[in-house]
Amino acid sequence: MSNEHRSPAIVVWVMIVLAVAAVVGLRIGLGDGMARAYAERVEMRVTVKDVATPSGERVVEWVEWRSVSPADFSRAVRESPSQDRVQLNHANSVGLWVAALLTLAIFSFLYRDNTAYRLAEAIIIGVSAAYWGVIGVWDSIVPKLGGALAHRWTTEYILPNLPAPTTQSQIGMGVALVLGILLVLRLVPAVGGISVWTMAFIVGITAGAKIVSHVESDLLAQTVATMQPLVQPVDGGVWTVATLWASLPNVLVVIGVLCCLTYFFFSVEHKGIVGGAARIGIMYLMITFGAAFGFTVMGRVALLSQRVEFLLDDWLWLIDPLERRLVDGVSMIVGTGGVW
Amino acid sequence: MEGVLGILERLDRRWVFLAMALAVAGPILVMGITRKTLPETPTDASRAVFQAVQSLPRGSTVLLSFDFDPGSAGELEPMGVSMARQCALRGHKMVFISLWPLGGQMIDQTIKKVLRADFPQLQDGVDYVNLGFQAGNEQVMRVVLTDFKRAFPTTKSGRATADLPILSGIQRVGDFALLAEVSAGYPGSKEWVQYVVSASGGKLPMVSGCTGVQTPQLYPYFPGQIRGLLGAIKGAAEYESLINTWVLDPASAAEMASAGADSGVAAAIPPKYLEAQRRMGPQLGAHLLMVVLILLGNVVYLAQRRSQRRAAA
Repeated sequence: MSNEHRSPAIVVWVMIVLAVAAVVGLRIGLGDGMARAYAERVEMRVTVKDVATPSGERVVEWVEWRSVSPADFSRAVRESPSQDRVQLNHANSVGLWVAALLTLAIFSFLYRDNTAYRLAEAIIIGVSAAYWGVIGVWDSIVPKLGGALAHRWTTEYILPNLPAPTTQSQIGMGVALVLGILLVLRLVPAVGGISVWTMAFIVGITAGAKIVSHVESDLLAQTVATMQPLVQPVDGGVWTVATLWASLPNVLVVIGVLCCLTYFFFSVEHKGIVGGAARIGIMYLMITFGAAFGFTVMGRVALLSQRVEFLLDDWLWLIDPLERRLVDGVSMIVGTGGVW
Repeated sequence: MEGVLGILERLDRRWVFLAMALAVAGPILVMGITRKTLPETPTDASRAVFQAVQSLPRGSTVLLSFDFDPGSAGELEPMGVSMARQCALRGHKMVFISLWPLGGQMIDQTIKKVLRADFPQLQDGVDYVNLGFQAGNEQVMRVVLTDFKRAFPTTKSGRATADLPILSGIQRVGDFALLAEVSAGYPGSKEWVQYVVSASGGKLPMVSGCTGVQTPQLYPYFPGQIRGLLGAIKGAAEYESLINTWVLDPASAAEMASAGADSGVAAAIPPKYLEAQRRMGPQLGAHLLMVVLILLGNVVYLAQRRSQRRAAA
């Protein structure tokens, strides 16, 4: 920001922050408040087989808390003010606040790098790393490795429904365990070099698998898809507007493929017909990049609108597009609120 | 004019961010209060997804792979919700899987939002099942080609799949009537085409819903290897509007009733099935702003070039 514009600009930004704070303050003090999650108590009861009991079965009871909308809470209170079936879910309510504050902290980077942004970034990285660690243990090591090499122990103490392993899967997992240990040896400098065996295995397997599938789906199938008839007769007519219109996509595809291939063909100087075709190829590429950019913008705006919707709906309770509350915040503020 | 151009030349990018925030928040507020959505004209790619599900015989078993997480739920969740809803309305059986760690939770949300809420007669394990996340990316795809239950030995809740009624006729992935993929990246639709659809020799029809970033990469596969394609939130909105139009059509009343969705034709669409269409409002605001900014940028560029030429002359 240039110096001559800095002071008025800061005043505007401060006013924006104060306006947001005022809206938050207004919503906290108005009506049922904001950012609240509710849960309904459901008593569960099932009968299970139990050979240890005289009847051969026993009843298991437990309580489940299921998320419900604020409207469900309002209706329950209206029916019976002293009810305790539907209650405020403190953990989820705090979660809403944390999510909203982290969203604002990330957005604050757009103004300038700051501590709140760095804190949010560190939390995301830490949580992601921990989550991937847990996923690795419980979705790979325990069911796959444990299920194959220590099946009895795994089914007895951790995952009871794992099917019995075949000899083939046990050998496969044994090899995987050895290769995994070799990879971890990278951390020991004296024998770290042995980890390249595992790397070689990974590179070889990946390359082998990818080459076959790419040739099949991207080279052969795409080549076949390009070999389209240039004239697509509609209702038997060849020189009709309908036929020309139907044939146009195929003609454009064939021209595009040939011209783009010409552009990437560097053994001949791009002059004359070759140069013209290469130039058309560039145009096709530019249109492709433009379409990709447009789609990327659309995707990013969709993600942004979801976060803004979260702030305005779930956190501030200003709008209620999903009809989860009896009155939305804006209707309450402007005095037009009605009960759905 | 020189003054305006001078301001534009020195414009701090933060004002652009603020303008974008207002362009997105404004339509969300308006549409959130009025509950109106913009009209959609479905493209052939979206119609093909709708037709692929619609043309299956009643009771077909559909494999739905939710390969996304909350990071892309803004674009993809409405697609997953619409796919599950159309399958349920058509009476198809649904087998949900995911190759993304958080996909299992996204499936749970969809089941709760659509199947448990609007189709309570459907039974878990008989009419639908969540097999959850399976680690291994392409390796899982290779295994399901020959032995589906080996890749998914248990459901997300830990129940063995070996004697699950919904999987009684399923030996390999090719036994499914349709593969409906919702993809946020790797592994996703591209890998399903490369490793499964191609390997099945085109016997397994596949439809895909994907993020905007992936859409240009997947268009070459349509309509050959991918029968229908939902590109970004626009594709989701088109697909949603196709289903809503069908649901509101009096001719569909008997089918709706037999699906248990309602006692007849729906009088109005619940707001949860208008999510993608609602998100087209902020898209309009943001894209209009982008167009204005691109035009302004070009005006500033041309003015700068003219003044440089004058100075040089």
